[in-house]
Amino acid sequence: MNKVSKDNFQQDKYKYGFVTDIESDKIPKGLNEDVIRLISKKKEEPQWMLDWRLKAYERLQHMEPPKWVKAKFDDIDFQDIYYYASPKDFKDKPKSLDEVDPKLLETYEKLGIPLKEQKVLAGVAVDAVFDSVSVATTFKDKLDEIGVIFCPISEAIRKHPDLVKKYLGTVIPVTDHYYATLNSAVFSDGSFVYIPKGVKCPMELSTYFRINASETGQFERTLIVADEGSYVSYLEGCTAPMRDENQLHAANVELVALDNAEIKYSTVQNWYPGDENGVGGIYNFVTKRGLCKGVNSKISWTQVETGSAITWKYPSCILRGDNSTGEFYSVAITNNYQQADTGTKMIHLGKNTKSRIISKGISAGKSSNTYRGLVSFNKRAKNAKNYTQCDSLLVGGKCSAHTIPLTENGSNDSSIEHEATTSKISDEQLFYVMQRGLDAEAAQGLIVNGFCKEVLQKLPMEFAVEAQKLVNISLEGSVG
Amino acid sequence: MLEIKKLNVSVEDKHILKDLSLNIGKGEIHAIMGPNGSGKSTIAHTLAGNPNYLVQSGQIEFHNKNLLELDPSDRSLLGLFLAFQYPIELPGVTNATYLKQIVNVHRKKEGLDPIDAGEFLKLLREKSKRLDIPMDMHSRFVNTGFSGGEKKKNEVLQMDLLNPSLVIMDETDSGLDVDALKSTSEAVNQLRSSDRSFIIITHYLRLLEYIEPDFVHVFQDGAIVESGDKSLASRIDQEGYAG
Repeated sequence: MNKVSKDNFQQDKYKYGFVTDIESDKIPKGLNEDVIRLISKKKEEPQWMLDWRLKAYERLQHMEPPKWVKAKFDDIDFQDIYYYASPKDFKDKPKSLDEVDPKLLETYEKLGIPLKEQKVLAGVAVDAVFDSVSVATTFKDKLDEIGVIFCPISEAIRKHPDLVKKYLGTVIPVTDHYYATLNSAVFSDGSFVYIPKGVKCPMELSTYFRINASETGQFERTLIVADEGSYVSYLEGCTAPMRDENQLHAANVELVALDNAEIKYSTVQNWYPGDENGVGGIYNFVTKRGLCKGVNSKISWTQVETGSAITWKYPSCILRGDNSTGEFYSVAITNNYQQADTGTKMIHLGKNTKSRIISKGISAGKSSNTYRGLVSFNKRAKNAKNYTQCDSLLVGGKCSAHTIPLTENGSNDSSIEHEATTSKISDEQLFYVMQRGLDAEAAQGLIVNGFCKEVLQKLPMEFAVEAQKLVNISLEGSVG
Repeated sequence: MLEIKKLNVSVEDKHILKDLSLNIGKGEIHAIMGPNGSGKSTIAHTLAGNPNYLVQSGQIEFHNKNLLELDPSDRSLLGLFLAFQYPIELPGVTNATYLKQIVNVHRKKEGLDPIDAGEFLKLLREKSKRLDIPMDMHSRFVNTGFSGGEKKKNEVLQMDLLNPSLVIMDETDSGLDVDALKSTSEAVNQLRSSDRSFIIITHYLRLLEYIEPDFVHVFQDGAIVESGDKSLASRIDQEGYAG
């Protein structure tokens, strides 16, 4: 503590920053109709899907990227991005892991997602997405047996067109906003999940997103449908190499919960955050929205956001079904020059709908961390209830935290409870804990983990411990 | 075990301790008395390594090691414990989690495995009982919303759990009512041993009536102006510091 002063930054130990040396097959840079046709062709899509994409692209011509985010960055040149990259000679998805390029398997092993061992060890099925393609999905056969569909969305478009057609774009309309529309035009891979009526999915489903190719954007598209009375817990993880360029990740994630169904969606986002001077890192501009379509349905978002140069996302719930419930639990950590503008929207349409928002923002270094939320009660939403709690924790004196909670109340017998706090890790707290024998980082870890414990506990058990470690690693170098 | 030689310390550019020298032997109890602003708390925080207290010159040896080179955590692991005058609140961190973690970091230093949950609970129950601490205090957040008395008891509890060889008590008696003062002093007396030394910083005689010191030092303007045995404390209580 005497040796190192506060606000003294050192390089984050981002252990996922390596590049896999694999030749990639890219569609030429730029955004135009030909590129979209090529993506669709690469994916061997039916005509209706191509038409859908082209409609989105046509719409995009009349749209502008939104500017209201609380983050500073230069305009993105959308013509200077590769919209599709896949490992070379990756025409057909390998049928078994034996056919997968060993370099790819090695990559996932280094990331802590051993696709082979995973099969034997954990009760977690994994879909591994590398740049624009899914390279492997584990446990597919076992899930097939109970009727659960878990596959890359490109495969679902070919094999389950009726389900995809029925739900794709129903939660996030093609015309929603610039990045969502862009995604609809150029999306590459992501996961598709369908849980049939009455089935409680017996294992965690998980997608691991990896950006590898340079100057390439990733446009993940994920769709999860939980049919009546079903349950699923899904988790996504993400990492990318360390580069001095900014790469765009613009995903659309749609969830649909029918009567009495429950979807628990967890994210551990650890995209490359840029270096200690704010150079490089991922722009994580993501649209995530869940529709509680049926009565008594429930959607719960849990996110641990530690990576990305800029995080801009609001996982939201549309509570249409009567008695439906939406939850949002978030830990967002920013260090160095990272910027996060994240939160949620809870749109109450049905009667007796409930929502709960717990947001924990932790800012260190020179970072900026904003909670932005909307709670809206429709006229029809009789007896709707919301509870919102937003806590901010500041580490050091050069970062900032902002809270922007909005409410729209069209219903007169509904209730909103809102609590917000801002606190600081003080020198006194660190000294106190260090006086009991913990070193500076352990002392800070104790205090920070205490601050966000309520949210970390919501993660599936298999990932909670990992997330706790990630929280500590993300703040390394922010105390002396 | 502790040797302080010609120590000069400043806080926020203010020269507080002036050429302070003091030796503490194994198992000895030293009381430091003195008026407000005489530097009593400064010596406590300097010994513990609070970065706001800057050592300008002088030496401190603790167990034959140069204490000034060590981080606060290493000083703790070497056996130095400071009971804070104003214990710090740690919102969100439950007391039991915290206590277990500090116990484990000391066990690790001794080459022991982390304590098992059942064993820790047993230990906690036994030590809390001695201080009249109800177990539900441990499911609250560290010091957060604790009364003055609860905070001070929690300090003594930590002292008991960590088994230090040097305990510095910074005005532990302030904010305690008579009953709490009595139970806290009794707990401290039970912790007295030939291997454990104490520095007891206090304003008043009353704590020293319960915990009998071997030596009493009077602080004034950052230096020791008088040293003696416990009778010095009684004299000061009657005559005041000016006398």
